[in-house]
Amino acid sequence: MEEEVIFVSSDILVGEVAKIKVKGFRFVTMSCVELDGNTVNILYHFDKDLMLKHLRLTASKDSAVPSISSVYFAAFLVENEIQDFFGIRFKGLVLDYERTLYLDEEVKIKPFCRYTLEKSDQKEPVTPKNATGS
Amino acid sequence: MLKTIIPFGPQHPVLPEPLHLKLTVEDEVIKEALPALGFIHRGLEMLANIRDFHQTIQVVERVCGICSMMHAMCYCQGIEEIMGIEVPPRAKFLRIIWSELHRMHSHLLWLGRFADSFGFESLFMQFWKIREKVLDINEATTGNRVIVSVNVIGGVRRDLNSEQMRWILSGLSWVGDEIGRLETTLLSDYTVKKRTVGKGVLPKERAFELGAAGPTARASGIAQDMRMLGYSALDQLDFEPVVETDGDCYARGKFRFCEVLQSINLIRQAISVIPEGEMRVKVKGRPEGESFSRIEQSRGELFYYIKANGSKNLDRLRIRTPSFANIPALLGMLPGMWLSDLPVVVLSIDPCISCTER
Repeated sequence: MEEEVIFVSSDILVGEVAKIKVKGFRFVTMSCVELDGNTVNILYHFDKDLMLKHLRLTASKDSAVPSISSVYFAAFLVENEIQDFFGIRFKGLVLDYERTLYLDEEVKIKPFCRYTLEKSDQKEPVTPKNATGS
Repeated sequence: MLKTIIPFGPQHPVLPEPLHLKLTVEDEVIKEALPALGFIHRGLEMLANIRDFHQTIQVVERVCGICSMMHAMCYCQGIEEIMGIEVPPRAKFLRIIWSELHRMHSHLLWLGRFADSFGFESLFMQFWKIREKVLDINEATTGNRVIVSVNVIGGVRRDLNSEQMRWILSGLSWVGDEIGRLETTLLSDYTVKKRTVGKGVLPKERAFELGAAGPTARASGIAQDMRMLGYSALDQLDFEPVVETDGDCYARGKFRFCEVLQSINLIRQAISVIPEGEMRVKVKGRPEGESFSRIEQSRGELFYYIKANGSKNLDRLRIRTPSFANIPALLGMLPGMWLSDLPVVVLSIDPCISCTER
């Protein structure tokens, strides 16, 4: 089945999602994939009449991504999950667990990232160059 | 009115798995509910990244026991799409037969627990007695009652001979008759209706808005069933999704009751037209690319995103289960409801926390 994939940037993401909602698409889920030490791909999956449409956003790990939970409330759960696993921050999340949806507060690593060791007293994430483990 | 915070779960008689809801109530009426997860998160998506892509079948089968067959089928379908593998026609029909058997035993298990949630113990036992027959069929045809493990990339690992198929059909006749005997009790009994009609109502627009999946969506009038995609051999079978419109607990119960009968019908159709031939093809090479695979699991739409890089390990396996999608819908049902109705309503979405957390 042919599927539509649209590349978007952070600044137009919420507007594009709102347009998709107006067109009658159902929010299916989001997927996040680490590309390298600094960037991830976030895919937004929508469905209408059994046809999938995807938005693909390439985001930097250290900058916040706009949350789409104000458009699709159902997205809040998966955005919290991505925060837990990849350490990406979502700006404007309607219900923010602050990385404790699955993880305990003392967990500092991002389980799905290759270079994610972050000491509890460090504000900046450790980069691949000075990472000592994952 | 003073607000009170009441914890529901993670341990509760109605919950087979741990889910915690923080309920804000005024008097006995729920005003707000917040979920807390993470009690049984196992990191299976991560495990899939460090296992060989063939071994990952065994990993995804353990996301959830009740729908293990569907998880493996959805995963294999995604890998087959990336690798351009054409599954033999016979294997496609065999997958449908076992997946519908899974749907039947999942729904029968749920119907029993549903009866149990409003204290109808004898009805609970009757449904579970019938479910045993379906598990017997699984065991006799695959060697296992629940985790049947028949899927491989490129087909299935077991075949059914004509004698087994006749035996399955006679077993299904018995199941159909037995379920028919319970229809009046489940759908017309005063006590059942009193506890389920008008409880946990999710209107169609709200179900769509909250991204509800499977029985939760279809019982609210949304005709959204991934089997309409015609995956595997479903494009060769006569299929119309079951839809209810009331969107309450009663509608969700009635819906699942009707879906058990529909699954029997689909298996009969599949057995009547299953072609002879191979049950699997040999797989060469390693997957490279990405795919989005969807099938209809017993609780709703199952979505797999697979990204492979040409090595034996996958780059990413993302699993979105229907129970995960139905959590926001559950939160939408609860405000304004009586606290005493909560167990029945929570159960009505068939929450699988193993699926939700993976």
